[in-house]
Amino acid sequence: MSVLVDGNTKILCQGFTGEAGMFHSKNSLAYGTRLVAGVTPGKGGQTIEGVPVFDTVREARQATGATVSMVYVPAAFTADAICEAVDAGLDLVVTITEGIPVADMAFVKEFMLGSATRLIGPNCPGIITPVTEKSGCKIGIMPAYIHRPGRIGIVSRSGTLTYEAVWQVTSVGMGQSTCIGIGGDPIKGLDFIDCLRLFQDDPGTDGIIMIGEIGGTAEEEACEFLKGYVKKPVVGFIAGATAPPGKRMGHAGAIISGGKGTAKDKKAAMVRAGVHVCDTPSILGATMQRVLGG
Amino acid sequence: MNIHEYQAKQLLAKFGVPVSRGIACRTADEVGKAFATLGEPLAVVKAQIHAGGRGKAGGVKLVRSADEARKVAEGLLGKALVTHQTGPEGRVVKTLYVEAGSDIAREMYLAVVMDRSAQAPVVIAAAEGGVDIEELAAHKPQAIARHRVHPVKGLLPFQTRALAKHLGLAGDQAKGFAKLLGGLVQAFMALDCSLAEVNPLIVTKQGEVKALDAKMGFDDNALFRHKEVAELRDLGEEDPKEVEAKKFDLNYIALTGNIGCMVNGAGLAMATMDVIQLKGGMPANFLDVGGGANKQQVTNAFKILLSDPNVKGILVNIFGGIMKCDTIAEGVIAAARETRLSVPLVVRLEGTNVELGRKLLQDSGLNLQTARSLDEAAEKIVAAIR
Repeated sequence: MSVLVDGNTKILCQGFTGEAGMFHSKNSLAYGTRLVAGVTPGKGGQTIEGVPVFDTVREARQATGATVSMVYVPAAFTADAICEAVDAGLDLVVTITEGIPVADMAFVKEFMLGSATRLIGPNCPGIITPVTEKSGCKIGIMPAYIHRPGRIGIVSRSGTLTYEAVWQVTSVGMGQSTCIGIGGDPIKGLDFIDCLRLFQDDPGTDGIIMIGEIGGTAEEEACEFLKGYVKKPVVGFIAGATAPPGKRMGHAGAIISGGKGTAKDKKAAMVRAGVHVCDTPSILGATMQRVLGG
Repeated sequence: MNIHEYQAKQLLAKFGVPVSRGIACRTADEVGKAFATLGEPLAVVKAQIHAGGRGKAGGVKLVRSADEARKVAEGLLGKALVTHQTGPEGRVVKTLYVEAGSDIAREMYLAVVMDRSAQAPVVIAAAEGGVDIEELAAHKPQAIARHRVHPVKGLLPFQTRALAKHLGLAGDQAKGFAKLLGGLVQAFMALDCSLAEVNPLIVTKQGEVKALDAKMGFDDNALFRHKEVAELRDLGEEDPKEVEAKKFDLNYIALTGNIGCMVNGAGLAMATMDVIQLKGGMPANFLDVGGGANKQQVTNAFKILLSDPNVKGILVNIFGGIMKCDTIAEGVIAAARETRLSVPLVVRLEGTNVELGRKLLQDSGLNLQTARSLDEAAEKIVAAIR
């Protein structure tokens, strides 16, 4: 079992013929992901890597039944691409592109009001549901081989730190139900709370790893939600305990400003919510194993 | 990206925000002449650095003659100004802004800021001016009015009226405020700002509403569509190592410790810094080499790390996803040779072809240690520099 996507999910790729889109589409295909359509305006009618290319998302959806989009469109045009996918009525849009202007994302969120489409990202590794040892639904840039099918759900604001958690879960022999990278931008789609709710409601998930970082108050809000809703064990880590205030740590959202968003506050909120907080990401897997009594 | 006060005022004036007349100067002579050109009995000489707290630090002076203006300028130009935001080394003053003086009747606070919880810009206003707004928010939150700006429509008239009322402005002053705020919001949206702050916003004794100070920050991701703003960048205000790193698409932030870090991914880079400190060391920097770094990138990263004289050891922590570990190992080896690395080096690799990568490192003949986990890597580098 899994959340949002599984082995039967049909996906399309916007920005399919670009360098990043093609590279990662090939990796998704190699992992057995049902990538059924590519979309690049002006390049419709071709077939590349056995995948038909369409000019518009709507055409691609109608011809192939794809319900999820993976977006690699360059930053200057990403907002438009997301809106096109929303307008075409897709269930989920996974936006990998980084460097999108914040104002563009504010507009996208306004455009999405009232629509049933869900958004993951931008500036994120994507989402993956491993189905077998070597295949699954991979929508994003994560290295596929570190994943194994299992019962741990992972949600994270950071890319490579997610891989670290995945690798440890795999190394201790547990495996993942679904891993979601929600991204490091200040205005984005799914947040911790949305993902925690999905994992709590998923009968295929036994435990949740939540990886946050400095900046904003999303982790604190998620911890309030945890107390009332989530009954499954949660293991947590917050990156940036040593980051100085006022410095943007790589991600547009990772900045301590006005005394808010410190790792200390976030860890304290986690402890109050009953999360098993790790001081180092090296023990995420072992901690989950201990908590689940495995 | 941030810009200077005088640049912000020039931009805001184009959007109809009332500001005082002023002239930016680079020499004491220019400052003297500027005083004469302004032709006012009173002028203000303001040091232009990218940091707040200039007034309290002696960087803002009232002058009443061209001679006095010149003397004040001589005392400021070329010297480091230390404010509570600059750090102990301060910032060297290279530009002074000479502005016509104002008869201040009231000071207030006004800002537009991109707010993540509102998922839109938000206008913040307080009837007390010149304040530290964060302090005020902590101690007297009811003194601050906040209004969400619609990302497409902008600020609506009723919001402007409510803000004017909150500030106690009525009649012509309310009208003047509406014009100023309209320009401020318009500039914020048109130029992809992250911050547009007027602190203080003043009412003069003549009843004019005006921006006495202005601070603007911009969304780096949107600079591609604002060439005129991008040109205002003052590299002198930025850490030279950070500027150098940007040229190579590396994300580098200088810190005060002595262990240089090279990591792929921002989250893992922060976690690496944290674990170094947990194990009793201090990171010298944050450095994210990105997801697709190659040999050249790794070499560039090494050079930047080693240009910091405080660096006594280097920790490389790479979780190879797209990049294969043997490729990264080759990059590290080449970079260590090219830079004639003499400080201890600990490398932790994980990911595709990890065994091949570790073997390459061990067989390289270089004085380095490998580690299998981040904890182990941090322990080794901390021990190595003791």
